[in-house]
Amino acid sequence: MIAELGVFSMVLSLIVAFVLACLPLAGAQLGIRSWVALARPAAALHCLLSLLSIAILTWCFRAGDFSVLYVAANSHSELPMMYKLTAVWGGHEGSMLLWQVMLACWTLAVAWRSRALPPAFVARVLAVLGWISVGLLLFLLFLSNPFTRLVPAALEGKDLNPLLQDPGMVFHPPLLYMGYVGFAVPFAFALAALISGELGAAWARWSRSWTLAAWGFLTLGILLGSAWAYYVLGWGGWWFWDPVENASFMPWLLGTALLHSLIVTDQRGAFRSWSALLAICAFSLCLLGTFLVRSGVLTSVHAFAVDPGRGLFILCFIVAVVGTSLWLFAWRAAALGQGGGQFGMLSRETLLLVNNVLFSAAALAVLLGTLYPLALDVLSDEKISVGPPYFQAVFLPLVLPAVALMGVGAVARWKLGTWAEIWRRLRAALAWSAVCAVVLVLSNGRLGPRISPATLLGVTLGLWCVLSTLAHAWQRLAPAWREGQGWQRLARQPWGWWGMLMAHAGVGIFVLAVSLADGLESKRETSVAQGETVELAGYRFRFDSLAPAAGPNYDAQRAQFSVRHGNEQWLMYPEKRVFRAQTMGLSQAAIDSGWTRDVFVALGEPLDEAGSRWTVRLQIKPFMDWIWLGTLMMALGAGLSLMDTRFRVARQRLPQRAPKALQERLS
Amino acid sequence: MIKPRQRRLLWVLAGVVLVATAVTLVLRALDANVMFFYSPSQVHAGEAPQGAAFRLGGLVEDGSVRRAGTAGGGVQVQFVVTDQVQRVAVQYQGLLPDLFREGKGVVVAGTLLPAGIFRATEVLAKHDENYMPPEAAKALKDAQKDVQRDVQRDVQRDAPMDAGTRP
Repeated sequence: MIAELGVFSMVLSLIVAFVLACLPLAGAQLGIRSWVALARPAAALHCLLSLLSIAILTWCFRAGDFSVLYVAANSHSELPMMYKLTAVWGGHEGSMLLWQVMLACWTLAVAWRSRALPPAFVARVLAVLGWISVGLLLFLLFLSNPFTRLVPAALEGKDLNPLLQDPGMVFHPPLLYMGYVGFAVPFAFALAALISGELGAAWARWSRSWTLAAWGFLTLGILLGSAWAYYVLGWGGWWFWDPVENASFMPWLLGTALLHSLIVTDQRGAFRSWSALLAICAFSLCLLGTFLVRSGVLTSVHAFAVDPGRGLFILCFIVAVVGTSLWLFAWRAAALGQGGGQFGMLSRETLLLVNNVLFSAAALAVLLGTLYPLALDVLSDEKISVGPPYFQAVFLPLVLPAVALMGVGAVARWKLGTWAEIWRRLRAALAWSAVCAVVLVLSNGRLGPRISPATLLGVTLGLWCVLSTLAHAWQRLAPAWREGQGWQRLARQPWGWWGMLMAHAGVGIFVLAVSLADGLESKRETSVAQGETVELAGYRFRFDSLAPAAGPNYDAQRAQFSVRHGNEQWLMYPEKRVFRAQTMGLSQAAIDSGWTRDVFVALGEPLDEAGSRWTVRLQIKPFMDWIWLGTLMMALGAGLSLMDTRFRVARQRLPQRAPKALQERLS
Repeated sequence: MIKPRQRRLLWVLAGVVLVATAVTLVLRALDANVMFFYSPSQVHAGEAPQGAAFRLGGLVEDGSVRRAGTAGGGVQVQFVVTDQVQRVAVQYQGLLPDLFREGKGVVVAGTLLPAGIFRATEVLAKHDENYMPPEAAKALKDAQKDVQRDVQRDVQRDAPMDAGTRP
C-alpha cells in the first residue's frame, strides 16, 4: 500500500511540475500577474511531493519491503541499516529519483533565495526548471519506476552491490547529483534571460552564486568518488579516465570556465552570449553524463541497467533540451549579447578568455575521447576503447597553461594591464619558483629518488601557483600591516577574494600533490608467505598472520602485516571479504595515511589451500592526502565566495533596476 | 602600418592555425591510443594485429587458471579466454581483480605473442558478479552466429545432393 502512495505522490508531483512549467511562463509572457505569482507556491509544493516520494522509498528500504522490485534487487535483510538507507540510490531507479528530488530542492532554493528578483524573471527560471522536472518524472513513471511491485514478493533481497557498501558511497551520489543537477539553475537563468532579454551584468551576478554552489558540490562529489575508487576498488589509483569519471569531469571543466566568464560579465558586462552558451553546454553535459552512466552504453560499475528504452528516452530528452536551448540561443543571443566594455590585449578579460578557451577545449577533448568509441560502435560495429594515454596527451597540454596563467590573471588589471606591473607583482613568486626548480634539477637523484622531467615541471608549476597566490594576498594586505592596521584590513576583504585565494591555492597544492604522488610512487605486486618479509622503497612488510573475521553481512580473512620504516613500526590489516548474499569477493586494502605518504597493502588471493601464501599489492604513494586537501580547498573556495555580501546586496537593490518595460507589463 | 581589417584577418588566421594544430594533435593522440577489440574467433582467423596492443574478451574457461608457482614473484598466471568456439591462452603478470572468476566474462588488454599466446597488461573484470562486459557478450553472440551460419550453409549445401541421390 505504501509503495502505491509513492507512485501517487510522483504523479501529483508531475502534475504540479507541469503547472509550474506552463502557467508562470505564459503569465510572464502575457503579463498575467496571478499566473506569475503561482510559481513560488508551485515550486514549494513540487519539492514537498518529491521529498515525500523519496521518503516513502526510504521507508520501503527501512522496512525491508521485498514486494517492491527495486528494494528486492538492492537490499537484503542482513544489510546494516546505514547501507539499507543508502541503497535507496544504489541502483538505477532510485538514483534517478534522487536526481529528480535534487532538482526539486534546487527549484525550491531558487524560489526561496530570489524573492528580491523581478517576479517575471523568477517565474521564467522556475518554469524552465519545471520543464526539466516534467521530463524526469515522465521517465521515472513510465520507464524506471522505483515502486514497481514484485509478484509474488521475494523472500529475501539480492543485496546491494558490495562495492557500494562503503561509507564513501553514503555521500558521493547525493553530493555529485547536487552538483550535476545544480547546473540546471544557471541553465534556467540563461534561458530565462534569453527569453526576457535581461542578458546583462545583473543576470550574471544572479547566476554566479548558483554556479558557485553547483560547482562546489560537483567538486566535492568528484572528490568523494575518486577517494572511493582509491580506498575501495583497491587498484591503487585514484583517477582512471573511466568514461563515468569523464562524465562527471566534463561538466566540471565547463563549470570552471562558466564561473570565470560570469565574473567578466558581472564586472565588465562583456562575454554575455558566451556565458549563456557555456551555461547551456555545462548542463547539456550533465544530461549527457546521466545518459552515458544510466543507459548502459558504457562499460562501468555505474551501468546498473542495460535497457535500450531508457537510453532512448534520455537521448530524446537531451535532444529536446539541447535543441530548444540552442535554438533559443541562436535566435536571441545575437541581439542581446552585444556590448560590454572594451579591453586591451593584456588585461584580466583577455586572461580569463584564455582560461575559458583552454577549459572548453579540454572539455571538448575529453568529450571526443569518451564518445569516439560509442560513435564508432554505432557506425561501424567495431568495438574500441580509448586509453588513459590519450587523455593525458591531450588534456595536460591544454590545462597546464591555464594553471600557469592563473596567478597572472588574478593580479592583472581590468581593461588594460601593463607587463611592468604584472612583473613587479609576480617577480618574487617567479624568482622563488625558479630557485626551487633549479635546486630540484641540481639535486635530482642525489638526495632522494630520481624524478622525471614531467614531475619536475608539475612540482614547479604547483609551487608557482601557491607562491603567486600568496604574493597576491601579501601585496593587498602588507601596506596596511606596516601601518598597524593589518587586522582591520584583513577583516574588510570581501569573502569572494578569500574564496578565490583558497581555490587557487588549492589548485596549486593539487598539481603539486598529483605530480609527487604519481611521479614518485613505488609499487610492487608479489606473493608473500606467512612469516616472510618483502621490501619496497625502504619499507619492510612482514606477513605476520591470517585470521578469520566476521562482519555484519560478510566473512573475511584478515591478514596482519607489521610494517617497518627506519625506526618506526606499525601494524596493518588488509582484508579479503566474501559477502554472504552474493558470494562476491572484495579486498579491503589497508591504507596508512600520513602527511608525507600513504602506505597501501591489498590482499590478492591465496596461492595454496591453507592460505599460507598470498599475492599482495604494495604501494607507497607520496603526498597522496594532499590531492584530497587541494580538491577540498577548491570546494571550500566556492563556499567562501558564496558568503560574499556582493551577491546579497545585489539582490536587495535589483527590483528598482528591473527593466521598465517589464514593470509596466506587470502593473 | 596595419589597417584594422588586415589586423582582424591576421587574428582570424592565427585562430585557424591554432585550431588546426589542436585538432591535429588530438587526432594523432587518438590514433596512437585507440585499442581495438577482438574475439578469440577473430584472433584465430588472423584478424588481430601482431605486435600492436588490442583488447580480447570472452569467458574465462572453467578450470583453465594456472599459476606459475613462485616464479615471477608468484603473481604470474595463465588462463584461457574463450567465446565457446575458439580459445586463446592468456598470460598475465600481476594481481587479478576481485571479480575475476572462472566461467565469468572478462576483457583483457595486451599484445599477441608470435606463439599465439596473448600477453595481458591489464585484466578488466570490475563489475558485479552477474555483469557481462558488453564486448565479451558480443564476442560470444557473434561466435554463436558464425557457427549457426556455418551449420546452415552446410545443411543447404548438403540438401540438394541428398535430394539428387534419392531415387
